[in-house]
Amino acid sequence: MAEEVLVFGAWGSPFSRRVEMALKLKGIEYKYIEEDITNKSPSLLKYNPVHKKIPVLVHNGKPVAESLVILEYIDETWKDSPILSKDPSERANARFWAKFIDEKCLPAIFKACWGEEKEHEKALEEATELLQFLENELKEKRYFGGETVGLLDIAANIIGYWLGVFEEASGTELLTREKFPKLCNWANEFVSVSAIKENLPPREKLIAYLRNRFGVGTASKYTRHL
Amino acid sequence: MADEVVLLDFWPSMFGMRVRIALAEKGIKYEYKDEDLRNKSPLLLEMNPIHKKIPVLIHNGKPVCESLIIVQYIDEVWKDRCPLLPIDPYQRAHSRFWADFVDKKVIEVLRKILFTKEEKEAGKKEFFEIFKILEGELGDKPYFGGETFGFVDLSLIPYYSWFYAMETFGEFNIEAECPKIVAWAKRCLQKETVAKTLPDQKKVYEYVEQLRKRFGNG
Repeated sequence: MAEEVLVFGAWGSPFSRRVEMALKLKGIEYKYIEEDITNKSPSLLKYNPVHKKIPVLVHNGKPVAESLVILEYIDETWKDSPILSKDPSERANARFWAKFIDEKCLPAIFKACWGEEKEHEKALEEATELLQFLENELKEKRYFGGETVGLLDIAANIIGYWLGVFEEASGTELLTREKFPKLCNWANEFVSVSAIKENLPPREKLIAYLRNRFGVGTASKYTRHL
Repeated sequence: MADEVVLLDFWPSMFGMRVRIALAEKGIKYEYKDEDLRNKSPLLLEMNPIHKKIPVLIHNGKPVCESLIIVQYIDEVWKDRCPLLPIDPYQRAHSRFWADFVDKKVIEVLRKILFTKEEKEAGKKEFFEIFKILEGELGDKPYFGGETFGFVDLSLIPYYSWFYAMETFGEFNIEAECPKIVAWAKRCLQKETVAKTLPDQKKVYEYVEQLRKRFGNG
């Protein structure tokens, strides 16, 4: 049966890369459409009229939006190489931490890198505390998903790759080996997996983009320019 | 094997109501513990150390947090009866998307209307924008889930118990602008599980009045 899988994404976005990582892990062929988020295509607006955002997965003409919703859809549709456990308790756990990353970690990390100067110390503390929860959650596992990359690892792509890039772009230090030995090890393992490695945006290009969009970072002690 | 199910909750919480409805739909017996949010119990802090929030479902000693995650957990554990999510993956994704939309949008607008002065008018405008979108999604269906009450209905209906408080303090009429939503809500309330779970709107109003006084805009 001929299947058509489209992914509307943006090269630098961890959210659209999540979708590509999951599809690659499962060996699913797809067509990628790069969106200019400053000039959204009619197709994107048609497929995601509510949020008008990437990523959107379109499977045989039917759109699915929101990266974590898409990841679960991918896992339920293509059952090889599962990214979620069958156990309800483990599933709930993965969902909890994925939500934690998106709703708590990412805003805190962003604030620590590019937030108000006067709140910088506090933002660093908060981001550090949140990352500590993830460090503890990892325990002795190779991946958050156990022996293989799972949904939570994919959701944690922000921590595994983008965080290091944010740090370099903004001159902030967050994910140090002394404070987060487990997370650092995990990050190295994570970016070495070929389905992941193939889907990481080029580092220098991303740094340049971030500096251009958000400024040189609070820690660099320059005033942020819009 | 006897299941031990405990729910840490707070009676006016729309998030807690979602879990209560799910448990009622599945006919699960559980122990309900109402938390004093100004004096959180050691059990709550132990079971949800990250967010320190209700609701928390404790199943045979293991905690599950975040209301929609708890509802999905309940649906997956007690899968032999009364499914809360559709079977088809695309329909499931559709349900998750809309429940996520409710989560992202409604509480924030409620906060603006009830607990701020300067953002109240903007909050009211956004309220109608959000609920118009929801009305569009509902369409002519009896429920968001189609013919039967489902995940999206469950995620949204608890907010109905806050409508009287919203209308009174917000000084606006929800039914006039969003008649379909109010009709849908009344339809949901015909279900015993929903009717028994949702607190009386006047009680919620009194609670909100207290909160507003406490935070200085009553």
